[in-house]
Amino acid sequence: MPRTSANVVATTPPPGSAPNADGVIAWGAATSSPSPLVGENRGEGSGALAPKVPAGAPPIADPSPRGGREQALPKPARRLPVQKDWPTAAIVAVQIGILVAIIAGWEIGAVAGFIDKFFWSQPSAIYRTLTIFFTTGDALADIAFTFRSTILGFFIGTFAGSALGLSFWWSRNYAAIMQPYIICFESLPKLALAPLIVLVFGIGIASKIAIATALTLVVSTLTTFAGVKAVDPDGEKLFYSLGASRLQVFRKLVIPSCLPWIISVLRVNIGLALTGAIVGEFIASQHGLGRAIIYAGQTYDIALVWVAVSVLSALAVAMYVTVSWIERLLQRGIRG
Amino acid sequence: MASTKLLIDDVSMRFATPAGAFHALDHIDLAVPRASFVSLIGPSGCGKSTIFNIVAGLEEPSEGRVLIDGVDATGAIGRVGYMLQKDLLLPWRTLTDNIILGMEIKGVKLAEARARALPLLRRYGLAGFENAYPRALSGGMRQRAALLRTLLLDTDVILLDEPFGALDAQTRLRMQEWLLKLWEDFGKTVVFVTHDVEEAIFLSDEVHVMGTRPGRIIATIPVALPRPRLRACTATPDFMALKERCLGLLHIEAPADIEDAA
Repeated sequence: MPRTSANVVATTPPPGSAPNADGVIAWGAATSSPSPLVGENRGEGSGALAPKVPAGAPPIADPSPRGGREQALPKPARRLPVQKDWPTAAIVAVQIGILVAIIAGWEIGAVAGFIDKFFWSQPSAIYRTLTIFFTTGDALADIAFTFRSTILGFFIGTFAGSALGLSFWWSRNYAAIMQPYIICFESLPKLALAPLIVLVFGIGIASKIAIATALTLVVSTLTTFAGVKAVDPDGEKLFYSLGASRLQVFRKLVIPSCLPWIISVLRVNIGLALTGAIVGEFIASQHGLGRAIIYAGQTYDIALVWVAVSVLSALAVAMYVTVSWIERLLQRGIRG
Repeated sequence: MASTKLLIDDVSMRFATPAGAFHALDHIDLAVPRASFVSLIGPSGCGKSTIFNIVAGLEEPSEGRVLIDGVDATGAIGRVGYMLQKDLLLPWRTLTDNIILGMEIKGVKLAEARARALPLLRRYGLAGFENAYPRALSGGMRQRAALLRTLLLDTDVILLDEPFGALDAQTRLRMQEWLLKLWEDFGKTVVFVTHDVEEAIFLSDEVHVMGTRPGRIIATIPVALPRPRLRACTATPDFMALKERCLGLLHIEAPADIEDAA
């Protein structure tokens, strides 16, 4: 009986020489009782590999050869950390739960007196103000005003900035001359100019559009200029080797190459345009959500501040989502 | 022998660098017969690409002239087809519209240009990809498209600057055979730059071996192997002898650079 088992052990390792794990398992089975080992050792002297380990193992480690074997093995291998994804419904449920908890906590705190209603107002009061704002107040007029100045500033700034950036392709000298002015205008906090802009353009919508334009123009100019500088010189070389004119290179190579750059700032610009419009309304205005916030703050109508800020956030999200969607469509259109 | 199509007449090129004048090309004389296929081989920095830029009119030589059909074409763009190692396909254009770029620039109507390009696309292994965008294609297909774009110009001289340098060995061999077929069909005069001696001999009627610092032609080796050539000819003693000779010349010139290239 011991002889046969020794034979099995002796024959299995050499074919299974490829995977180590096989060998280890075979040895574990064989070493569980020391007697077959001896038999094997004397047996046919089979396989140079087979006798080596059991002969060496006992003197080094403790009397049980199996224990020695296990100590020699490394610690259990570290596994790739696995994170389980929750179902979307669960995520949304928790999100709603957090919002409800905040509103409920706020309301309860205000009613119980932990939260000063004068500074923080309370959800129920905010809701009442919201309905008034939308029914008897000028919510829609304010939204339309802010929306209009944002969108116009966004378009004017993005288009003019992209055109300016593209124009730098035409002349390296012109680009070099303009560079310091562009950098200066970029680093300047444009909002610091807002009072001056309101003085020049008046308290109507023009000044809001102008501030929104100033903010977006620089971003578009610089990004487009970066795109111009990234136009592949070998591409230009190809066009010229085909006998192209500068206008052809500009139209068929430079503009298409820069389009992804131009489009990539749309999302940033819509946010900046909104900021510009709101700041313009803060300074002096007769309409707009920014004016509503300033007015409410100055009259200590904190509920109205929250209402206007919420409506403004909703407007911002709506515009951001729309522009992101347009941006994706355009990017896909370019890539074909 | 056929008449000379392209003549590079005593062209020298010097650049001013902060370290002093750099002599890129030194009295290059090269006569390329009509409808022939010639290769330039040489170590990196021997000015192969500068020669191409001069012939394509993208750089003005310090001295000398470029003549096409005996007419001075120095500094004239759009007179020769020029293909670089990069395929430079425009990612926003379909394959067909990429291939007609040259015709479009020359003012050919879009519909007519497309009509001319389509049969060629299909004949030369790009059928089914007419409206595909470049990113959907393999490296070999992109190079084919780039080559067709070059061939579709109404220029008789084609400059190919290591067009297969970036391809894997297998694709490269297939592309060489494909190029020979195209060359036989179109009857263009081809100047080919490569690092690969075997490629140069397999394709060419004449191999010009260049030396560096300054860039110059150190030897012109006629390749008398019969055409059409099959892959098997690369194993013949004649081919081996030519290869040996080219490698010897390159080795004398710049041993270290050859190792880089290989």
